[in-house]
Amino acid sequence: MIRFENVTKVHDPRAKPALDSVSVEIEGGEFVFLVGASGSGKSTFLKMIYREDVATSGSVYVAGHNVSTLTSWRVPKLRRKIGVVFQDFRILPQKNVYQNVAFAMQVIGASRARTKERVTDVLAMVGLEGMEKRMQHELSGGEQQRVAIARAVVNQPDILLADEPTGNLDPTTSEEITEVLKKINANGTTVVMATHDDDIVDRMRRRVIELSRGKVMRDEAKATYTSLIPKVTPATGTTGEAQA
Amino acid sequence: MRPMFIFGEIVNGLRRNLSMFISVVLVTFVSLTFVGAAGMLQMQINQMKGYWYDKVQVAIFLCSPGSTTANCSSGPVTKEQQDNLRKLLDSDAVRQYVNDYQFESQQEAYAHFKEQFANSPIVDSVTPDQLPSSFRVNLKDPQKYQIISESFSSQPGVESVIDQRQILEKLFSAMNTASIVAIGIAAIMIVCAALLIATTIRLSAFMRRKETAIMRLVGASKAVIQLPFILEGVLAAVVGALLASGAIWAISHFFLTGYLADQYKQTAFISDAQTLWLVPALIALGAVIAGVSSLFTLRKPLNA
Repeated sequence: MIRFENVTKVHDPRAKPALDSVSVEIEGGEFVFLVGASGSGKSTFLKMIYREDVATSGSVYVAGHNVSTLTSWRVPKLRRKIGVVFQDFRILPQKNVYQNVAFAMQVIGASRARTKERVTDVLAMVGLEGMEKRMQHELSGGEQQRVAIARAVVNQPDILLADEPTGNLDPTTSEEITEVLKKINANGTTVVMATHDDDIVDRMRRRVIELSRGKVMRDEAKATYTSLIPKVTPATGTTGEAQA
Repeated sequence: MRPMFIFGEIVNGLRRNLSMFISVVLVTFVSLTFVGAAGMLQMQINQMKGYWYDKVQVAIFLCSPGSTTANCSSGPVTKEQQDNLRKLLDSDAVRQYVNDYQFESQQEAYAHFKEQFANSPIVDSVTPDQLPSSFRVNLKDPQKYQIISESFSSQPGVESVIDQRQILEKLFSAMNTASIVAIGIAAIMIVCAALLIATTIRLSAFMRRKETAIMRLVGASKAVIQLPFILEGVLAAVVGALLASGAIWAISHFFLTGYLADQYKQTAFISDAQTLWLVPALIALGAVIAGVSSLFTLRKPLNA
C-alpha cells in the first residue's frame, strides 16, 4: 500500500536532511505507529505519502502510484484515497458538525443523497450521532477530533494518516480516539499514526517505526514505544543494555 | 462538480468580503463607463463621417467685387474665365477625379445663405454681390482634394479652393482626441480594476485558507478550489459592467438623443439602440479582465 524506497528529503541543504535514505513498506490494512522525537521526520514522512512534500531523491509508492513523479493535476485523485487528521483538528468554525464532514464529499462532487447517507453513517461510527448541528465552540477537544476523523474517512479512503491526533487530548480522550482509529483499521483501512503517546503505543502493541534524525532506527511488529530489543554496540561486539 | 455548492461558496465569500466586492464593482463601473464613452464617441464620429462625407464638396470660389486676394487683382471673374474653368473641369486630366459639379451663382449663394441663417439678423446686412459665385465639385475620392486645389487655385478668376471636408476633419480630430483621452483614462482605470480584483481575490483566498487547505487535503480538483474565487471576481466585474452599460445608455438617451439631437437638428446622432451594442462588449471586457486577473492571482496561493 505504501512503499518508501531510499527516500531522502532535504529542506535546507545546509542542515541535516529531514528524511535520510528511508526504505519502508506498509501493507494494506496495517496499523502502524510512527514514533520519534520532535523533528525526527515523522510529519515529513506523512507529508510524502499525501504528496504535500516531494522527495529530493528516492521514490514513494502509494496505492501503486509513484507519488514522486505524479503530475500536479493527478494529486487530487491520490488524495481521495488518503484521509489525514492533525493534532489541531482543523475544523471549519463557521460550519456545524454535519457540514464539516459533508464538505469533504461536496468538494469532490458527491450527490446530496449519497453525502447525507455517508455522513450519517460516519458520524455514528465515530460516536457523534445527535451532534450534527453543533458548532465547533460547542464541542470538546475529543469531539472535535472525532469530527476531523469523520471528515477524513467519509470518502472511504484506503489510507488514514494521523499526525499526532491525541497530542492535544487528555489520556482518557486519547484512548477513545485510538479506539475510533482501531475501528477504522478493522474495516480494512491502513492507518499510519505519528505519536508521542507511549501509553497508547504500549497498550496496542502494533507495528512501530521509529525515526531519529530522518533515519529509520527501528521497525518492529507488535512493539512498544521504546524498544525492548537489547541494543548491540558494534565497537565491542557485545550485547548492550536495553534502551531507556 | 456541484453548481449549487460552488454557488454557495460564492455567496459565502461575498458575505465575508462585501466591502471589497463593492469597491471592485465601483472601480469596474467607472473604468468601463470610460470605455463605453470612448466607444460612443467613435460611433458618433463614424456616424457623422458617413453622413457628411456624402454631402461635402470642394468649393472653387470665384472672384467677386469684394475679393481681396492677389489672384483677384484684375477684378471679378469674367464670363471667359468661367468658361475656361468649366473647360478645365471637363478636361480628361480633371474629369477622372470628379463625380460631378454644379455652378452656384451669386444669387443662388445668397438664397442658400438666407436659408442657412434664416433666424439671424446677419441676413439683412448681406447682399448677393458680396457673396462669391462658385463651382461645387463632388470628388470620386475625397482624399484627392489636393489635385483639384493645385489645378485651380492659381487659375485666373479663382479666389480660393476650399475643401469642406477639411473643416469637418478638424471637428472629427477634436472628437478623436476626446475619445483617445477617454480610452487613456479607461486604460488606467482598467489597470486599477485588475489590481483591485487581484487584491480582493488574494484577500478572499487568505480569509478562506482553512477551507481551501481542507479542500486540497480531501482531493478537490483545482477547478473546484479556484472557481468560486474566479467567479466572485467575474461577478463583481459583470455587475460593474452592467452599471456602466446603464450609465452610457443614460448618456445616450438623456444627453444625445434627448438634448443634443434636439438642439442640433442638422447633425446625425447615434441612437439608443446603437449604444446598446456596446453593452455585451462591456460585459465581456469586464468578465475577461476579472477572469484573467483572478486566474493570474490564484496561481500561487492555492497551489502550495
